[in-house]
Amino acid sequence: MIQIEGLSYRVGKTPILHDISLTLKPGGITALIGPNGAGKSSLLHCISGLHDLAAGHIRIDGLDPLRAPDRDRARVVALLQQSPGVVSRLRVRELVGFGRWPHHQGRPTAQDTAMVDAALESFTLTDLADRTLESLSGGQRQRAFIAMTYAQDTPWLLLDEPLNALDPRHARDLMARLRRLVQDTGRSIVIVLHDINAAAGWADRIVAMKDGRVIGHQDTPDLLTPDMLETVFDMRFDVLTHQGRPVVISR
Amino acid sequence: MRFQTPVLLVALLALVGISLWLGAASVTSWQDAWLFGVSRLPRTAAALLAGAGLALAGVVVQQVVQNRLVEPSLTGTTESAMLGLLLVTLWAPGMAIAGKMTLAALAGLAGTGGFLMLAQRAPRQDPMLLPIVGLIYAGIIWAATTWIAWSTDLLQYLGVWRLAEFSGVMQGRYEWLWAVGALALLLYAVADRITILGLGREQARSLGLNYGQTRALGLVIVSVLSALVLVTVGAFPFVGLIAPNLVSRWRGDNLRGNLPIIALGGGGLVLASDVIGRVLRYPFEIPAALVFSVFGAVIFLWLLFAAPARSGGQS
Repeated sequence: MIQIEGLSYRVGKTPILHDISLTLKPGGITALIGPNGAGKSSLLHCISGLHDLAAGHIRIDGLDPLRAPDRDRARVVALLQQSPGVVSRLRVRELVGFGRWPHHQGRPTAQDTAMVDAALESFTLTDLADRTLESLSGGQRQRAFIAMTYAQDTPWLLLDEPLNALDPRHARDLMARLRRLVQDTGRSIVIVLHDINAAAGWADRIVAMKDGRVIGHQDTPDLLTPDMLETVFDMRFDVLTHQGRPVVISR
Repeated sequence: MRFQTPVLLVALLALVGISLWLGAASVTSWQDAWLFGVSRLPRTAAALLAGAGLALAGVVVQQVVQNRLVEPSLTGTTESAMLGLLLVTLWAPGMAIAGKMTLAALAGLAGTGGFLMLAQRAPRQDPMLLPIVGLIYAGIIWAATTWIAWSTDLLQYLGVWRLAEFSGVMQGRYEWLWAVGALALLLYAVADRITILGLGREQARSLGLNYGQTRALGLVIVSVLSALVLVTVGAFPFVGLIAPNLVSRWRGDNLRGNLPIIALGGGGLVLASDVIGRVLRYPFEIPAALVFSVFGAVIFLWLLFAAPARSGGQS
């Protein structure tokens, strides 16, 4: 469980997040939605302990990400950054292998190797394993970084707009894979999504944010109402139902 | 790819052989053996060690700022160390070499810290911007150093430090360079950590790396390596740029496997420059650093303009 109480965060003197209190249940996919600048990425970074808070505190399965040793934190929560801009000549297998680093600190065991192979396999990167990141397309590179986060094998995965560089097919494949992941392994995913329908189609719960505040946190069908969406995005949406899932259409 | 490493090792050994054999006096009898021990062996070892140290310093600073177009002479490290060395020479000319080296390393560290603060404000989009910022920054420190040297009549020292050459290397005057070997071992032990640094602060921290501490360790190593080379043989620009870039193109960016090759490559490049400098106007000599700037510039242009290496497998 992630418990956030009274969290405020500033960059210099500019307040970014205001007094956020939020409890995220374990299991399933929680989507963060909201307009640009709502503070979704900042909240994700705060949860992973990478930002100093102005106020408040966070517990992830009882661990304080700001005070815990880096290595302990990295075995509870893994963060995938928004479009990692690294143009590196690391090979895909090497990058994914670094996902195991918090576990082995430089001495990989057979189990680590197996985990890396599994990560490559489940993100269909096996054929690309010996290519350098530099030689990949943006979408392939994105998948390699997600596979690294996956290989980190933490109970919590925080993904910052992972669909950014992906075409519709790879975006759907990724969401389906994440869905299967939470079902099969009981891991929990918190994901920032720009596409409301990706959230509508795949997330179990949605946290709606605006202007650095959380203004709604409910199960997906309950949260996606025209009124809530208008409050969040300042525009009208119709919410339909297709094959049992909500579908959002802008007016 | 597999057969290239032995080929390069053989080339390196051949270079060492030439360097040992080459000289105004021919070593023919046992009486001449002392020349080996006193001059040729130290000279060859110094070139190899200095080159290895510079190349390692280059790759570490590149990982720290996530830009492969920088090296210690483009981050103000070398220039600051030179300023430190000048000030020591001014205020405590009799200080032991260990003290001079320590102060030069501290000055280099401070200068690199200043560059890092600049680098954090420079936009990331254009990788060429950072080396230009570094060039200007290093230029300013160099100008200040020159001014101080000029007004205290120490310009001659600067001339000696600025262009590394190995003709003065003799037994008893280069042994500090062996510390490069110890630092290389230390770097090898933390190779994974340095590679992870190159993924950037947030990703590195998310992987459980103590980012601040690792970066500080890296910068201390860079400063000490730069100061070691500066104080023993002089400044030797661009080895730290060329050697890591050549290896990265060839073998990728995983430092666990690459560090030994980067070190050997740097050593080989410097030794080759020294040998060429000794041959070109035989029996006179051209400073190795000067030779290297000519060849290094050509290699650097090639690195800049050649199409990026595609998939790793077949290269």
